[in-house]
Amino acid sequence: MADTEQTTQTSPGAEDEPAEIARLAALTATPVAVDSFADYARGWWTRVRSGDTGSLPVVIGLIILSIIFQSQNHHFLTARNLTNLIPQGAEYMLLALGIIFVLLLGEIDLSVGFVGYLGGIIMAELLKGPHAHSWWIACLACIGVTTAIGIVQGLFITILGLPSFIVTLAGYLGWQGVALLILGNGGTVPIQNHVVNDFAGGELTPTAGWIVAIVGSLLFAGVTLFGAERRRRSGLAVPPRSLTLFKIGLVAAAAIVVTIICNRNRGAAIAVRGIPWVALIIVGALALWTFVLTKLRFGRYVYAVGGNAEAARRAGVNLVVVRTTVFGIAGLMAGVAGIVAASRLESVSTSSDGGTAVLYCIAAAVIGGTSLFGGRGKAMHALLGGLVIAAIYNGMGLLGLSSGTQYVVTALVLLAAVAVDAVARRGRANAGVV
Amino acid sequence: MTQTASDTAPAGAPSGTPLLQLEGIRKRFGAVEVLRGVDLTLRSGQVTALVGDNGAGKSTLIKAVAGIYTIDDGRMLWEGRHVTVHNPKDAAALGIEVVYQDLALADNLDVVQNMFLGRERRRGLLLDEDSMEKSAGETLASLQVTTVRSVRQPVASLSGGQRQSVAVAKAVMWNSKLVILDEPTAALGVSQTRQVLDLVKRLGERGLAVLIVSHNLNDVFEVADRIAVLRLGEMVADVARGDVDSQSVVELMTTGRSDRLTADGPAPTSSAASREDA
Ligand SMILES: Nc1ncnc2c1ncn2[C@@H]1O[C@H](COP(=O)(O)OP(=O)(O)O)[C@@H](O)[C@H]1O
Ligand SMILES: [Mg+2]
Repeated sequence: MADTEQTTQTSPGAEDEPAEIARLAALTATPVAVDSFADYARGWWTRVRSGDTGSLPVVIGLIILSIIFQSQNHHFLTARNLTNLIPQGAEYMLLALGIIFVLLLGEIDLSVGFVGYLGGIIMAELLKGPHAHSWWIACLACIGVTTAIGIVQGLFITILGLPSFIVTLAGYLGWQGVALLILGNGGTVPIQNHVVNDFAGGELTPTAGWIVAIVGSLLFAGVTLFGAERRRRSGLAVPPRSLTLFKIGLVAAAAIVVTIICNRNRGAAIAVRGIPWVALIIVGALALWTFVLTKLRFGRYVYAVGGNAEAARRAGVNLVVVRTTVFGIAGLMAGVAGIVAASRLESVSTSSDGGTAVLYCIAAAVIGGTSLFGGRGKAMHALLGGLVIAAIYNGMGLLGLSSGTQYVVTALVLLAAVAVDAVARRGRANAGVV
Repeated sequence: MTQTASDTAPAGAPSGTPLLQLEGIRKRFGAVEVLRGVDLTLRSGQVTALVGDNGAGKSTLIKAVAGIYTIDDGRMLWEGRHVTVHNPKDAAALGIEVVYQDLALADNLDVVQNMFLGRERRRGLLLDEDSMEKSAGETLASLQVTTVRSVRQPVASLSGGQRQSVAVAKAVMWNSKLVILDEPTAALGVSQTRQVLDLVKRLGERGLAVLIVSHNLNDVFEVADRIAVLRLGEMVADVARGDVDSQSVVELMTTGRSDRLTADGPAPTSSAASREDA
């Protein structure tokens, strides 16, 4: 690797003695000397064995689930069924993306399921009748209301110091009640707007899908290479280029595989092919919140408040603003999830179940690897955990198992995920890692 | 305040003017008056040890200076000017940094993230990780903190001495003029204590004013230029290290008086800056 130039880049003030350079080099990231791919892989494996498992358990879990379902029903791994997984898991993934912020603070939000449900109803009402509003006004109204609800609940929690469990439990009950009042007894509001229905039911043309996959992969590659290059120029330790290329290759391969699968014809009578719109919504939300958590000061403060609120406060972090904003984000994502859920059913009705949705989305976040105790989690966990939930739901359906069995299996997977995390945490404690 | 003593500080405040003067600081929690008119003078380049029994009010005094608690009465002069500190940001803006007894590091964040917490460098809206990582590494190197292997490891994986070193390094990163350490060695073993004491001495040599709270009189006599004794919320002595021995400090801490001190001069509380090493 071209790491030699690092030695010319030490601090301007420091004498350029080798000892000084060695000290600086030793301080920055992983030791500079360790720069082969194999060394990196070995370091990763050591971390995994000491309990810093990252996303490994959930990926292994997904593979095991796939093997089990595929062995029982060979339709599970067909293009058609795999493409179905995306809209099926979408609501949980989108909710979980918001919930992860709340969990990072060590708080909980039980209301998001019904807040999203209420948002979907507001949208459907605005799209109803001869004086229907345009789709984007309806969607903005939905998201605006759900975000405002999140902020108001957040203010109760931060300003009055009420426990988030109680405030959002009140939200769980209250917003469900408001939703039912709007819908009336046994009410159903169908959605006829094509744009809205396409969010969950429509797809890109195969060509557009390829363009998105290629542009997305190139963007990822550019950002990753640019970041590594800048670190190299600042004289900081960089991972080996082979590792960087491996990561880029992995993302590109995933994009290509998903595109190929989605572009296969999955229709029965008429041809249906292409990446579902909702996949783009999910990937876009994932990219947005990953960016917020890792690149913005606000994201750093979310981790800091979750890790040690007192330390954050003493460092001058405004806890009220951070906490309230986080509940606002949970509300916002509830709105997005509510739109997608309504779009998938092409209606809203009193039979929708915001209660299961919130429990599933919390389960998704935890299965994905986010800690309930605050400070540890990533946006990506929403996607991985949501996929697990969707796979169980979908696979059980294929096997013709009852919803009773589904609940039991989901419960076992959730317990397994938390148990794996707890065991890993013990490993981490012994190894002295968070 | 008398201005007779010549200022030996290598850098910092204009000669003669103390960096920080506390006059008649009072603080009560409910019915209990924890600080009862405390005076204290801190100068650049000096390490002042604040000693006193458990519950004497040392931590409370520090938190008052740091803006965590608002004082009920008294004045604070910073470089001769009257100032009020309403919150930690005000204190930081003056150049006051505190290393708290309970460390105030977030375990889940890495060394760089902790050192810059609340003052992240940005490039536009984005965090400038590279520049922060570089500066953190340089600060640790300049303080000769060599035991921290990587500045990108989470603080939870550090030993007690390493954590304390990171907390101190965090405090000196900000062109700070006064660094306050609350019991920095309380939880540390022998060699780790040595690391931290060496670090404290280096801060004084750099021209910073240092206020260190400690129970351990051996530590105090090793690093301090001046020793201030707090007892039941009152400052019973503020003397140069050379004017006292550890036995008289113990007497001051427990009874508020020491015969050896009062024998050869005025009441020690009038901190007339009688520095032997001046
Ligand atoms: N936040 C508080 N509320 C009420 N009493 C307090 C508070 N903080 C400290 N005290 C009381 O003030 C006294 C001095 O405490 P402290 O400053 O922590 O002492 P030290 O650090 O010298 O051991 C103790 O009696 C303690 O119980
Ligand atoms: Mg104390």
